[in-house]
Amino acid sequence: MADIALDRPAEAPRARAFDQIFQGATWFSAIFILAVLAAVIGSLVIGALPAFMKFGWGFITSDAWNPVKEEFGAWPAIYGTLVTSAIAMLIGIPFALGIAIFITELCPPWLKRPIGTLVELLAAIPSIIYGIWGLFVFAPFLQTTVQPFLIDTLGDIPIIGALFAGPPLGIGMLTAGLILSIMVLPFITSVTRDVFETVPTVLKESAYGIGATTWEVVWNIVLPTTRVGVIGGIMLGLGRALGETMAVTFVIGNAHRINVSLLAPGTTISASLANEFSEAVGDVYKASLIGLGSVLFVITFLVLAAAKYMLIRLQRQAGT
Amino acid sequence: MKGKTILLAGALTAALGFSALPAAAEGLSGAGGTAIYPVLSKWAAQYDTANHIAVNYQAIGSGGGIAQIKAKTVDFANSDKPLTPDELAQANLVQFPQVIISITPVVNLDGVKPGELNLDGPTLANIYLGKITDWDAAEIKKLNPSAKLPHTKISPVYRSDGSGTTFNFTNYLSKVSPEWKQKVGDDTSVSWPVGVGGKGNAGVAQYVNQIKGAIGYVEYAYVIENKMTYTKMVNHAGKTIEPEMAAFQAAASNADFTKVKNFYLILTDQPGDKSWPITAATYMLMRKDYPAAKNMPVLKFLDWCLKNGQKQAEALAYVPLPDSVVKQIEQSWATELKGEDGKPIWTASK
Repeated sequence: MADIALDRPAEAPRARAFDQIFQGATWFSAIFILAVLAAVIGSLVIGALPAFMKFGWGFITSDAWNPVKEEFGAWPAIYGTLVTSAIAMLIGIPFALGIAIFITELCPPWLKRPIGTLVELLAAIPSIIYGIWGLFVFAPFLQTTVQPFLIDTLGDIPIIGALFAGPPLGIGMLTAGLILSIMVLPFITSVTRDVFETVPTVLKESAYGIGATTWEVVWNIVLPTTRVGVIGGIMLGLGRALGETMAVTFVIGNAHRINVSLLAPGTTISASLANEFSEAVGDVYKASLIGLGSVLFVITFLVLAAAKYMLIRLQRQAGT
Repeated sequence: MKGKTILLAGALTAALGFSALPAAAEGLSGAGGTAIYPVLSKWAAQYDTANHIAVNYQAIGSGGGIAQIKAKTVDFANSDKPLTPDELAQANLVQFPQVIISITPVVNLDGVKPGELNLDGPTLANIYLGKITDWDAAEIKKLNPSAKLPHTKISPVYRSDGSGTTFNFTNYLSKVSPEWKQKVGDDTSVSWPVGVGGKGNAGVAQYVNQIKGAIGYVEYAYVIENKMTYTKMVNHAGKTIEPEMAAFQAAASNADFTKVKNFYLILTDQPGDKSWPITAATYMLMRKDYPAAKNMPVLKFLDWCLKNGQKQAEALAYVPLPDSVVKQIEQSWATELKGEDGKPIWTASK
């Protein structure tokens, strides 16, 4: 059987060669990216090996951080990362969804673009500016107004009070979480706003037509329709919160200790790396820091996997 | 055939990328502690005006300086923590002192002015151990019978980065408090029982200025530049001393570098009625295996600083090294730093 491939018209050989080079270049880029990812994972694993060999899995659960005795544990850093990201999400998600709902449902048309642009400008601010602003402006403000208020009103309640114990330092995990919430806000807002605008107008207008309130339309129509996009936006924000370095390093207080109180200083994985990596003397110290990095890598991966799984379950429940 | 095309395309892309590499930089590069930075930056500026050679110094902490010179990424390094002769031999480095620094406790307390508060070593250790938690504790009241101490919580501030200042501070605490020595020890980075960590001397100064009831330790030049509230200390002889040039010089006068190898000398807790308890020599580190063309400009710069930099040093309350020590340093250059031909690169006449 003859070759029934399309009989291309007689092209100049140069055009064909150029096309081949173009295809080769794109193939090369794709393979290059995968190779870089594999190299990063490989160097993380190899670099962290001395620490894991010395401490075993106890490295992840230990809360020691003693460069003199060369005992290191990742738990305070992991705890700080999770707590600051949780605070950022708890505060950031309602605000971001609220802004997105306002822009798409309630906002007068002439105000839509300015607000949208202003929110996106928040994302354009470099994170170190957030750190400097947090240290010089936000932390003193919290120290003199919000934190004493929290300590006085909530400090005496039996269980919640433990979250707000201690002297008002201004810096600490709560401050870091608040700054992170401001930083993740624009990401969640722009993604959710874009997704909200893809909801078919006919759906919403039908709901309004049978007498639904704005809240009922949002909760029962808009959000279920767009849940994939909304969760995608939230995961984007969470990814930024988990990995954010400079803003957190300035205001978290750099204490390798676990404290239930949110007003206490702590540390996150990225803050520890930023502070200590350039001067870590000794193989175990360096390996422990690289170990922290690989733990963060794993955490981010697990978060993404959990998000995908949640999406699949939601889709299955909704039958779509 | 496809594989070859992929590689060719890749090589072209890489060539495009690498063609953007910058040319080699002029001038000297150094890295190290933040304690010497205030005076080193002034020296570098003057040296640049006089000789048109730029000196780029990154104040990343003594630990960072040691790591960078071991990794051969800088021309010289600075460290407030001297390396032992064994460590120097292993890493192929030479070290020599450049100037004497002094470390002062600073506080942020309403109603307490600079120099009004007295502290001693054991009390300082107990504060940083977390055993003394309020400013109106009995131990502090005993040292300050006439001061009005508020009932504020003490927030100790320490260095979050690898710091020679931390090494000297914790070395002093280890000397005056057996409990500190056993629980924490001394190093450029330790496991602090309580408190908050700031990055660099500047970071500690920033936190102390912001947090009410904070106490921290900084090099004295930062006290001058940021107008901080310093405390007096009780020294080894039991006398209460104000941190000032005379006290630092009294402590430095005890430094006898002739009796030690590689200038390894820890100067904390010096004897003498007028001595300030926490002083240290800050050291410059250079590699023995750099070519003469690389080491010679560094030696010229550091020699210029040793001979011409006294005024700027004294203005910031650093104690310049006496002439006898400068001669000893230059002799060590002649014996330890050799070029590729095996001949010393530094001759005394320079």
